Amino acid sequence: MTSHHEPADITTVTADAPQMQPLAKDVVSMERWIGLLFLLGIAFFAGFGVAYWQDGTFWLYGTLLGAGLVAMGAGFIAWGKYLLPRGPFVEERHTLASTEQERSAFSAALMERGAGEIKRRSVLGTLLGGSLGVFSIVALFPLVRSLGPLPGDALAKTNWKKGMNLVDINGRKIHVDDITVGGFATVFPEGLQNTDEGQAIDQTFLIRIDSADFTTMKGREGWAPHGYVAYSKLCTHLGCPVGLYEQQLEALVCPCHQSMFNVRKGAIPTFGPAPRPLPQLPLSVDSDGHLIASAGYNEPVGPGYWERP
Amino acid sequence: MTATAAPRTKRQKKQAQGPYGIVGSTVEALDERLGIAKGGRTFMDKIFPDHWSFMLGEIALYSFVVLLLTGVFLTLYFVPSQHLMKVPMNFPYKPLRGDTVSEAFYSTVNMSFNVRCGLLMRQMHHWACDIFVGAIVVHMARVFFTGAFRKPREANWLVGSTLLILAITNGFLGYSLPDDLVSGTGLRIADSIMLSVPVLGSYISFFAFGGTFPGDIVIARFFIIHVLLVPGIILALVGAHLGLLVRQKHTQFPGKGRTEGNVVGSPMFPVFIFKTQGFLFMTLGVTALLGALAQINPVWQFGQYYAAQISYAVQPDWYMGFLDGLLRIFPAWQWNAWGHTIPLEVTIPAVIFPGIVFNIAMAWPWIEQKFTKDKEIHHLLDRPRDVPHRTAFGVAFFSLLAILFIASSTDVLANFFHVSLNTVLIIMRVLTFAVPIIAYPVAYFICVELQAGGSIMGKRKIANVVTRTEEGEYVATPSAPRPGDAHVELDATPVPTFIVEGPAPESDEAELVDAEVDEGVRTASR
Repeated sequence: MTSHHEPADITTVTADAPQMQPLAKDVVSMERWIGLLFLLGIAFFAGFGVAYWQDGTFWLYGTLLGAGLVAMGAGFIAWGKYLLPRGPFVEERHTLASTEQERSAFSAALMERGAGEIKRRSVLGTLLGGSLGVFSIVALFPLVRSLGPLPGDALAKTNWKKGMNLVDINGRKIHVDDITVGGFATVFPEGLQNTDEGQAIDQTFLIRIDSADFTTMKGREGWAPHGYVAYSKLCTHLGCPVGLYEQQLEALVCPCHQSMFNVRKGAIPTFGPAPRPLPQLPLSVDSDGHLIASAGYNEPVGPGYWERP
Repeated sequence: MTATAAPRTKRQKKQAQGPYGIVGSTVEALDERLGIAKGGRTFMDKIFPDHWSFMLGEIALYSFVVLLLTGVFLTLYFVPSQHLMKVPMNFPYKPLRGDTVSEAFYSTVNMSFNVRCGLLMRQMHHWACDIFVGAIVVHMARVFFTGAFRKPREANWLVGSTLLILAITNGFLGYSLPDDLVSGTGLRIADSIMLSVPVLGSYISFFAFGGTFPGDIVIARFFIIHVLLVPGIILALVGAHLGLLVRQKHTQFPGKGRTEGNVVGSPMFPVFIFKTQGFLFMTLGVTALLGALAQINPVWQFGQYYAAQISYAVQPDWYMGFLDGLLRIFPAWQWNAWGHTIPLEVTIPAVIFPGIVFNIAMAWPWIEQKFTKDKEIHHLLDRPRDVPHRTAFGVAFFSLLAILFIASSTDVLANFFHVSLNTVLIIMRVLTFAVPIIAYPVAYFICVELQAGGSIMGKRKIANVVTRTEEGEYVATPSAPRPGDAHVELDATPVPTFIVEGPAPESDEAELVDAEVDEGVRTASR
């Protein structure tokens, strides 16, 4: 193949052919400019070394390093563009495809030595296919199944149970007199406030929206003693903490994708992509006046998933 | 071996090495063992077409080099552990003193404050990642709009699209590692997207996080995927990408002396090597300047991730923006029946939509073949205007992604323009449909208009001389090229294998004059 790689007229290119000349009109001044760029590079790199050695601020030695690299790179590019032969040069493109004969020869060899052999002994071929299939399925077990436990009903549960105290992030119990109307807090089941599960799953948003007992919707009578309502803080859209409380609208807002939930009406979504209300935690007050859960959540918290009823 | 006297003087040694000195003897030694001379010579003569848009892929390649270099530095300090610890009381950044944070977060902040060059390397790494994905996208757009993906290069288009997906994936994995409030929220969203996959969702989530979110192993897992698995695949695919490029040779724009049967440009050595190495340094330098002067991802300001905390205006890296935007403006549809839920408000925008986007992108060479029935081999590129339907589709496609990208900041827009979030939402929903639908015909007719203007392909526009006729009509005539103009292109010549010393033969001079005249005629006829 290489024989016709050699173009016939190569010897016609002479050292003084215009393609062999640099693009720069004034070669000497271009050489000076490029030299200056390299000198700048040397100076900046040395400056970087000194700044590093002297423990200068990072933006100083970073700038010196970057400036040195840019100067050196610019010089290198200018050398290639303005001082080397300007060209353009040409090379031939050769067909990559083989001849028809070569192709048939290859296909024939493949069929006769490989696929044909398997076809001839079709039972063995099927068995080989079967064993490869079983292998690829069981190979997935250690690769995939070992990665974690099966979900089971873990996504449907929280740790909230009847009688559990509501505590803030520091473990302090919430007393009915602690929060004024319009105030709020993030609460956890007592003892779980510093755990991953408590924070990621059980996190609950407590708001006092009234001074008297309150009902957010039918069937939830007595869930909000002294005007305290508690909703799961996990957005039903993508599980971000619904951490913004818009007091005037009495709406919980998710900062991630701006879903809004009406806290007076069972946290039904009023805006944004969240499809479901935030689950509400039924509350009551224990004998000391501390808020407790009167039951757990009656539905899974957080985003939707297949097994969710 | 003939018994020659061992060379003693410097001169004798030099003579013994032959006319090419140490280079010659090295080449000889290697060629005897590996046979490199013939292929090496051919490789030196490999021609690289000169066009600025061919540089975009180089930016991607070199920002990947930056990622590897700075990334290795980061691995020397980063601790991929969610184990909690107390920040020492003498820590330079006072607000964190005494805080309980994870080792991943502490090591990230520690390398930013206590390791010389650490913050620079971190910021360079993050900037290089944003540039890497950006350069891939722009490079891909160039390949798309010029038809460089056509036969015989469909496989390389597939390799390139896969590289884009891997780059985005690895960007997200790396973004998740510092365990700060913003990246943790990103992980929570990723977990919810996994959960949204019908039937398999909860299994995907539990196997990724080793149990319920957040668990204590996800950062260790993401770390090894981020630093070993994905970069390894990227490296291998970059090799395949470049290998295919060398094997199939470059495409080129049509122009003087350029045919389907040749490649016109600069030889690999030394011209292209000089330019491209310079460009490597430029990419490194620009990234270093950005890392030094433009703050990016200051995780110490966000603080440690706690699942019950959240920050306002949480934004992912730019390449995730279109997904976030669609998640924001998608309606709250969920499918719920027979005791099962499919959260369509997540599944469609975050699983199905990106699936469609990347599938269309990867399948484009074959989709186009279906329409054009074009089975020919192409080495000459299209001008976008000459293929108006493809160009219009590309413009519509990118405009859709651009609108979704803008939609990822609905809250910021509402704040900035003092309009309600609802107004912004409705506008963005309308624009999502309207802009691509309008963009297609507009781009199409612009292409057709440009075609009517004639085909001028050159490196630089040539000045027009405008004259007013006696009737008052204005006529624009391209000015004749001045002798010695840099943009006057010469005839392409083969890379000189043997340079003949001395004056050029007569015939050459005549050809050159012809070339100048040709150029004049060509420009005048435009």
